[in-house]
Amino acid sequence: MMTSRIHPLLILFTVLVYIFLMGPLIIVLGASVSDTTYLTFPPQGLTLRWFENIFAISAFKRTIITSLELAFLATGLALLIGIPAAYAINRYRIKLPTWLSTVFVLPILVPEIVLGFSLLKSVAVGMDTPIFLTLLVGHMLLVLPYCVRVVSASLASFDFSIEEAAVSLGSPPVKTFFTIVLPNVRSGVIAAFILAFITSINDVSTSLFLTGPGVSTLPIQILAHVEQFFDPTIASVSVLLMLLTVAVMAIVERTLGLTFLAK
Amino acid sequence: MTQALTVQNLTAHYGATKVLEDLSLSVGKGELVSLLGASGCGKTTTLRLIAGFLEPTSGSIRLGDKDLTRLPAYKRDIGLVFQNYALFPHLSVLDNVGFGLKQRGIAPAEREKRAKAMLERVGLSPLADRLPGALSGGQKQRVALARALVIEPPLLMFDEPLSNLDAKLRVDMRVEIRQLQRANGTTSVYVTHDQEEAFSISDRVAIMNAGRIMQFDTPEMLYQRPANAFVARFVGFENLVPMKVSARDGETVTATTPDGSQLKLSQERFGAIPDAFVLAARADGLAVSTDPKAEGIPATLGLRTYLGRAYQYQSDTAAGMLIANGALSSPLEPGSAAKLMPVPDQCCVLQPE
Repeated sequence: MMTSRIHPLLILFTVLVYIFLMGPLIIVLGASVSDTTYLTFPPQGLTLRWFENIFAISAFKRTIITSLELAFLATGLALLIGIPAAYAINRYRIKLPTWLSTVFVLPILVPEIVLGFSLLKSVAVGMDTPIFLTLLVGHMLLVLPYCVRVVSASLASFDFSIEEAAVSLGSPPVKTFFTIVLPNVRSGVIAAFILAFITSINDVSTSLFLTGPGVSTLPIQILAHVEQFFDPTIASVSVLLMLLTVAVMAIVERTLGLTFLAK
Repeated sequence: MTQALTVQNLTAHYGATKVLEDLSLSVGKGELVSLLGASGCGKTTTLRLIAGFLEPTSGSIRLGDKDLTRLPAYKRDIGLVFQNYALFPHLSVLDNVGFGLKQRGIAPAEREKRAKAMLERVGLSPLADRLPGALSGGQKQRVALARALVIEPPLLMFDEPLSNLDAKLRVDMRVEIRQLQRANGTTSVYVTHDQEEAFSISDRVAIMNAGRIMQFDTPEMLYQRPANAFVARFVGFENLVPMKVSARDGETVTATTPDGSQLKLSQERFGAIPDAFVLAARADGLAVSTDPKAEGIPATLGLRTYLGRAYQYQSDTAAGMLIANGALSSPLEPGSAAKLMPVPDQCCVLQPE
């Protein structure tokens, strides 16, 4: 066997990158189990009471549920709009004006704060919409570009003569979309879902304007909590969020393999 | 049940551009007709119109006694074989072949039986459970063929089915396609830009240019009796010499070439010769002679190339550059003066353009 020598500097560099990536996670994890009333690292003592504390504070319980509901609904709606849009953009590329695909990406170019503020002014206040509904609209707009983009990328390499083959064999167009097109862009749809879901769950800027009395999201609640308290509850909430992401990734890994995200 | 296809006065536009003009075509029951032409000639547009993927501006498409013109593509019941195979990547070979049967509501057991029998016919039974991604190009095209044939369509259409295969496989596959098509007696339309492919596989060929059919005939007739200058050039008549009739004596016609020299042609061979016409000849149809008394087009020989069966000369004449083949026994030097004599059964007479 031939082994190529790895340069020591490369090893050092790689280790540094890992420390840089993993460091904050380890610090948060350590702080969350510290048996002190303030945030500290390395942890002093070992306790799980800060995790129990999350569920003792009703605002956390409520906002976790709100955030999950929002993320699922906003992502679902964005996919319902985004998949047909991406399909149309790719299927009728020649017939449609080129600026059309840009329109769907515009929300990405608008700063999230501006999106939040304008929704507050025109929808929440202007139309007196319920807080949750406004948040849902905001998050849907926020994640729609990701859905259109990622599904589009998947459809760009889809050969539409496959669809024509199915139609010529007697399959009506709508049925063909579900039995032939969708299964072949499945990985794109799942990638879009994950990206959109994570974007929604983590959003602060847009939500900041749209949350109100009684309805808030987890990141906004974390922000509010930090302003008043400096105990390790924040660290344990963060660990919970991390575990949620790990769980999503584990499911993806089990069902599809992680490599599809790199495609 | 196989049916005859009748296309009448079909006109089609892409936006404001007219891509097909007043095209009529009839394909008899069990006949294989090729649409042959360079890219952009309208052959693929014609196929897509018949398949129902495009809508004509005017005209009609009939299959047997069924009017297809405004019928949605999925109701047309036409078997299609695509250039890039277009197999369903997420379905096994067996499910690919069974797809059309499934759309027709055929029970799973019967579907599997028929799909397997079809795979047997194209020699792919051992690969039934594979996904298309694991097949070679030739195997993919066999699956595509099986998938189109298993629904026993009244009409089968091929869109450049062999372009993505290598040369050797192309020849094998076209023989295979022809055999399957003959055995089933399926009326077929075959689109290709490859003249050899079209001529070898077809009962009749429609040579297309700029959205029109230039000539629709058997390969033999197209090759020997092109109807116009476009088709003549297309099938390899390199030399087109405009001529005028100067005298008629019974069946013998004396024609004047552009430089004024006289040629005698027999109407028994060429049919009625109009007063102004174009003489078309392949390189083999112009014999090179150095005999000064020979009757022919005077030429100065230029570049000589060796073809194996003959020497070919780029020859400068009053009618422009002509290409003629000369005997191997007597190679001539560039610059020699010679006469180019039309070989009657290798030439034809065309209407002037």
